Amino acid sequence: MNLCKYLLGIWMILVLLGAFLYAPTALGLGHLSRIIYFHVPLAWVGVLAYFIAMLNSISYLKRGSLLNDQIAVVNAEIGLIFTLLATVTGAVFARYTWGVFWNWDPRQTSIFVLLLIYGAYFILRSAVEDEEKRARMASVFSIIAFISVPFLVFIIPRVYATLHPDPIISFESGFQMDSKMFQVFLASLIGFTGIYGWIASLYYRYLVIRTRIEGDLNNG
Amino acid sequence: MVSKSYGWVDAVLALIKKDLIDECRTRFAFTSIILFAMTTLVMVSFSTGAFVLDSGLHAAFLWIIIFFSSMTALARSFIKEEEQGTARILKISTTPEVVFIAKLMFNLVMLLGLLVVLYPLYLVLMNPPAANNNLLVMLFLILGSSCLAGTTTILAAIVSQAGAKHTLLPIIAFPVLLPVLLTAIRGTGLALVGNFLNVVLPDLIFLFSFLVIIVTASLLLFPFVWED
Repeated sequence: MNLCKYLLGIWMILVLLGAFLYAPTALGLGHLSRIIYFHVPLAWVGVLAYFIAMLNSISYLKRGSLLNDQIAVVNAEIGLIFTLLATVTGAVFARYTWGVFWNWDPRQTSIFVLLLIYGAYFILRSAVEDEEKRARMASVFSIIAFISVPFLVFIIPRVYATLHPDPIISFESGFQMDSKMFQVFLASLIGFTGIYGWIASLYYRYLVIRTRIEGDLNNG
Repeated sequence: MVSKSYGWVDAVLALIKKDLIDECRTRFAFTSIILFAMTTLVMVSFSTGAFVLDSGLHAAFLWIIIFFSSMTALARSFIKEEEQGTARILKISTTPEVVFIAKLMFNLVMLLGLLVVLYPLYLVLMNPPAANNNLLVMLFLILGSSCLAGTTTILAAIVSQAGAKHTLLPIIAFPVLLPVLLTAIRGTGLALVGNFLNVVLPDLIFLFSFLVIIVTASLLLFPFVWED
């Protein structure tokens, strides 16, 4: 476990160096394009975390183990932070490319709605008192809300004209990214996923210890 | 047991009839939804009446009125059960799926009732562009309202179990409904300038597929919300 931690640290340092020194700049955007190595992985992890939270919600509804619900909350919290960071980096990019921080571009709207879904999830959780009921309601809500995510993330930006840079790795148009950029991009994606996994594992260890002290989650 | 001699269709119809009779006696939900819509419409018409508005603006106003008036009334179907104490009897008298379909149909009827009153009044008060394709606009209104009803039925059931009941539904429903609202507004705007079916077909398909998916998912998940 410790070895993974240090390897991840070294990997991310390499990614940072690569993002600023090794990868070339994109045509027309200049050095601004370097944000792609941070913005996209953050957004990707935000959606991934929500997906894992939803899987745990399904698991909870099937098996009734409160641990699944706890893990769903943990992933939702981490996902919220990553989505917030993705929104902020996107707004910064928007400011320096198009002049305004926010203009309700379809992709900006969809990441904003993802934030709202996370927010609604936590508000719903805080409104229900009973633990079992809270877990059930939150699980059902996260599954229902997840249904609108593919519509938001994939369909709306394709249907509406958007200023957002085209997903350059969309499979219809083939790989159009410069190979060096692609290497750093992929490395950054793996690195950020690794960071997410590491934070999640720390959180799980905390949950286990807390369960041991406070009693079993199902009986305590 | 009496319920075994009913088919599920009979059970659904019986539940809808019960809700409609209850609604006719108190007329609370229907009048509140109509009054809310009228108030908003009057405000909009009063302030913008002097201007000729873009079709996109017309569509936006129409859907704002529909969305917010429906939020006030759609939650009532389940919260009323909890407040009047009839929820427990309902839970043991029939299967969750029957309850879900009945409440969904009831919500749909209420929204359609709202549209019947709202759309003609909107045409009269707001003067949208004369070239509008009425049939297409009505199709969008009905389809969009069906998506609204389909999503808010299960969310209202969730909210009825939570603490801060009435205010919670718009907060929870809005993120889930945003794709529907964006598409419906865009489609209605296009239909209002007189475009034909081929132009707005992607939006219609979007709304229809969303409706099918959300109703299916809600039907599968409703037992978890409804049963203790």
